[in-house]
Amino acid sequence: MNNIVGKRREPLSDTKLLMTITISIFVAMYLLAMALLGGGFLHPQQIFDMLNDNASLIIVSCGLTIVMIGGGIDISVGAVTSLVVMSCVLYLNNGGNIFVAALLAIGIGLAFGLVHGYLISYLEIQPFIVTLAGMFFARGMTTILSVNPQKVTHEGFQSLRDVKIEISWLGYTAKNGNLVPARMELGVVIAFVCLIAVFILLKYLRLGRCFYAMGGNQQSALMLGINVKRTRFLSYLMSGCLSGISGFVFMMHTGAGNATNAAGMEMNAIAAAIIGGTLLTGGVGNVAGTFFGVLTLTTIKKIVVSSGLNDPWWQNITTGGMLCFFILLQSVVLSRRNGKKK
Amino acid sequence: MNTKKKFNLSLGQLTIPIIAILILVVFNLIRDPSFFSIGITQNNDGNSVLSGNLITVINGASELAILAMGMTLVTAACGGQDISVGAAAAIAGSAFVKILKSGDSISVGTVILAFLFACVVAMIFGAFNGTLVAVFKIQPMIATLILYTCGRSIAYWINGGATPTVQSSIITAIGGFIPGIPVPTPVLIVVIVAIIFKLVFHFTSLEILTQSVGINGSAARLNGINSTFIKLLSFIILGVCVAVAGCIGVSRLGLINHETLLIDIEMDTILAVAIGGNNLGGGKFKISGSIIGAYVIQMLTITLYAMKVSSTDVKAYKAIVIILLVVIGSPVVKAKFEKLMTKLRSGKAKETVKGAE
Amino acid sequence: MKEDVLLTMRHIEKRFPGVLALNDVDFTLRKGEIHALMGENGAGKSTLIKILTGVYQMDGGEVTIEGTPISIHSPQDAQNNGISTVYQEITLCPNLTVAENMFIGREDSAWIRHKDYEKRADEILEKLGIPTRGVTQLGRCSLAIQQMVAIARAVDMKCKVLILDEPTSSLDDKEVNMLFKLMRDLKAQGVGIIFVTHFLEQVYEVSDRITVLRNGELVGEYPVEQLPQVELVAKMIGKSLDELSNLGEKNEKAAEKNDVFYEAESLSSSQALPFNFKIHKGEVNGFTGLLGSGRSESVRAIFGADKINGGTVKIKGENVKITRPIDAMKHGIGYLAEDRKRDGIIAELSVRENIILALQVMNGFFKPISRSESEAFADEYIKVLNIKTASRETPVGSLSGGNQQKVILARWLLTHPDYLILDEPTRGIDVGTKLEIQKLVLKLAEDGVSVTFISSEVEEMLRTCSRLIVMRDRHVVGELKGDDLNQAQVMKTIAGGEA
Repeated sequence: MNNIVGKRREPLSDTKLLMTITISIFVAMYLLAMALLGGGFLHPQQIFDMLNDNASLIIVSCGLTIVMIGGGIDISVGAVTSLVVMSCVLYLNNGGNIFVAALLAIGIGLAFGLVHGYLISYLEIQPFIVTLAGMFFARGMTTILSVNPQKVTHEGFQSLRDVKIEISWLGYTAKNGNLVPARMELGVVIAFVCLIAVFILLKYLRLGRCFYAMGGNQQSALMLGINVKRTRFLSYLMSGCLSGISGFVFMMHTGAGNATNAAGMEMNAIAAAIIGGTLLTGGVGNVAGTFFGVLTLTTIKKIVVSSGLNDPWWQNITTGGMLCFFILLQSVVLSRRNGKKK
Repeated sequence: MNTKKKFNLSLGQLTIPIIAILILVVFNLIRDPSFFSIGITQNNDGNSVLSGNLITVINGASELAILAMGMTLVTAACGGQDISVGAAAAIAGSAFVKILKSGDSISVGTVILAFLFACVVAMIFGAFNGTLVAVFKIQPMIATLILYTCGRSIAYWINGGATPTVQSSIITAIGGFIPGIPVPTPVLIVVIVAIIFKLVFHFTSLEILTQSVGINGSAARLNGINSTFIKLLSFIILGVCVAVAGCIGVSRLGLINHETLLIDIEMDTILAVAIGGNNLGGGKFKISGSIIGAYVIQMLTITLYAMKVSSTDVKAYKAIVIILLVVIGSPVVKAKFEKLMTKLRSGKAKETVKGAE
Repeated sequence: MKEDVLLTMRHIEKRFPGVLALNDVDFTLRKGEIHALMGENGAGKSTLIKILTGVYQMDGGEVTIEGTPISIHSPQDAQNNGISTVYQEITLCPNLTVAENMFIGREDSAWIRHKDYEKRADEILEKLGIPTRGVTQLGRCSLAIQQMVAIARAVDMKCKVLILDEPTSSLDDKEVNMLFKLMRDLKAQGVGIIFVTHFLEQVYEVSDRITVLRNGELVGEYPVEQLPQVELVAKMIGKSLDELSNLGEKNEKAAEKNDVFYEAESLSSSQALPFNFKIHKGEVNGFTGLLGSGRSESVRAIFGADKINGGTVKIKGENVKITRPIDAMKHGIGYLAEDRKRDGIIAELSVRENIILALQVMNGFFKPISRSESEAFADEYIKVLNIKTASRETPVGSLSGGNQQKVILARWLLTHPDYLILDEPTRGIDVGTKLEIQKLVLKLAEDGVSVTFISSEVEEMLRTCSRLIVMRDRHVVGELKGDDLNQAQVMKTIAGGEA
């Protein structure tokens, strides 16, 4: 009667399956690029560059993954990032201190998250509209603060920016014979900290599992005794907080505030999450997958450029094509799985 | 749900948009009584045309109004939003320009051909989105994310990376004024599109079928309705609207710039549909609501400009107004309001001798 | 016999606007007992359960657990008192693991130790004989196992009273046996189980006692060995065996002479087992049996509403293909669905729009029904069927259930079908209108329309049908006509099942 025999192989959960597909495709793509295109792909620095450039995207994508797992959406993340950058730049240039600037960044993010969470969870307004308004508000406030780009002149900050973690053995020899070590910015470290923190939250903390439950079946979550309103509120709060952190990291990378910062970041984050196996309908998703989603998006762009397809439209078209591929793949894989089971 | 209608002056769905417009109008009149004065001036070509803030609002909202009409249909049938309309309009505009520039001179015939080509292209992309949604059952917002990402690049590719300009009096007339007609042409086009929608609803059963599919897909099926077809059709019709909007946009400027043509208009379009009282989750709809919604948004923008708010800051104020509108319209707030009204009413009823309502 | 009494409900009363759902109902549950609660639609079963689970508040009466009176104002209260419920629709999260589903919402700490949970879950699952592991994703388990996991959760929460609401509706025989074994194990541990179901054989297989409700009142509580099936059926849906009367005045014989309008052989769908069926022009036939016996599924297969798996269909002697509702409609078949909220009304549309919908679809996309025409149609049927509505433009969702039903009836009548299928058309309708509908059915038959009539009230069908197909547990168990058309024979066939 007990047919639980030893170590039976457990079929992958939906989340894990999608993530595995993504990682496989990413690795295959990268290897192919290394083989066929060579050049920059052969140097580990390539990956570090990708990380350096996208640290803030990784951070907001974590936040978006949380919200999407819970069945919602947050399209304000790019705008909030931009507002945070501008605010912190102005603050620092007016003689502020770095630590307080960091708090300011998180504070602004939390403020947005709070308002979004309240309107969506307790007033039951559609997330799309609320975060759309948030996006408008943040973009508008950015230009109200300053229409013109502002560079950071704070000395302490400059030195912070210059901090780079060097890994010499992953470096390469430049044309002039010098050994150029692989360089990683501080922002990437912060991004990894966020990734790990969110990973732990989603896997090992009760709140994280509640996000999954709420996204999987809201009615059931309610019946199982989960405070759905509070859980939803917290998911948006976290997304806001992460947007704040992302803004600070963005500032560390570019050193300047600009009205057009992080334009379109929200859609990139959503795309990264989708490619990484997060479903918009909720209940399925994983930050590890999202991380690879970001890498996949960036790799595609780099492949396109390296292939000599210089015309800028190719990047977007291949990104769009990739997105289409993943969306269809998800839809087909999941319907096969869930159709067979019954 | 129906008690709300009783309170709202029995204007039903159109209450919020109409009230919003009235508030804006009154606000402007208080601020500047001459705000809405309409005059006749001579434009560059020496024609007599209407001018004034009111005209600017109505004129400027034309593309938005047309897109909002199509978006209403998609929202109603599919319960989701198409976020690719701006990018698709850029594609349509590029296709339009490509045909226009293919010959030596631009005649009315060329323009018509170019427009038809733009329509076909836009309808094909609409069908693409529609297939993902109707056949593969993918959520509209996700499905249209694809075109959102690469649409403008496709537009760019159509014209080989250039931003070609178009010199033609016909085009200028389309984007501006037809000699002898004081009303701006885009406004006329809006009227024509609205009339076409009305005719379509009159000569086909599209309206009732769309609403049924959106309200109760299961019941719709059991009445023999082909939901897949209706959803696909809604996207194709939106495609036509996209083509029209794109062509107008191009005609205004006399050139196609894939980066900037109707940029960010998808968000405004969805807003227009929502302000128009339509349920973003699908179902019953009123095209007229979305049209009014489009003008509300435009009026708001112009009002802010008139108050010397810079174009970059406008977004922040827009956001506040939107939030106010949706908060008032939220189910929780409405329910609390209902309770309040019932308390007041029952308070009054106690005063009358007969308690029975 | 003084067994340990676990739960008592006395003089329970519950009102809804215009309806007395429960009237002075008593219910007793003993420790280590499986107690079946039975009754047709409107009997009050689900209302009674909802009072126990805290979803509804009773208007009068008393509930005690182990002798102590308790008050239940919320699902949380119910749970705190040891009352757990497993619903027909799985209220777990399919995207989480079995172990998580068992413990979520009641963890003792914020830190989830997956391995610990899975171990604990495995222990419980093994003890209860549920063939799955804590680490498996719930969505990948069969429905039966998902249900059992829900029960495992309840058991782990040390429930005293376990309510199983229609647990076997989607299970096959093997899975039902698994479930029953689990129930017997729990019984041995002293848990009191309330088993709500409409499957007669299962009731007799696993229950100790049966309580029957009808029309909001208690009919009685009986030890299972003292209540033969036929009597049970009679108590649920009919008059007592003594009060049989045959209200005649119908057409029967005439119809059989007519041509066969519709004929199906081995028709099967994703929901219906293969069956044969035919109906003559102008004939009224009925499908009877208890709720869940497969009546609705069979007629849905006729209408093409579910995915058709096999069989041949002939209309007027010619082979036709009916795989979707529109096919059936084009061949002159109309179908009034059982669940009017889900499958019938388009709530936000007006009465007028709902009435013309089916006709509109049949007319085609390019032939819209003009406003004046649709108004005329609506007015006509509002009058003929006496539909109570403020105006023809009122949204149908705000009408009472009975009037909504009339709107849908109008919708199908408007299409002038050759064959009309009515699935529970009189549910929720006042007596006067019920009679009108029955008369309408007879008139339609006179005019040459074939009608299939499904109702939980056998008297209705006896009054109108010339042939009754009896179903039980998804199978056709008999076909009655002529002299066999009386209450006693119907009951016997439903309960005992001779063809």
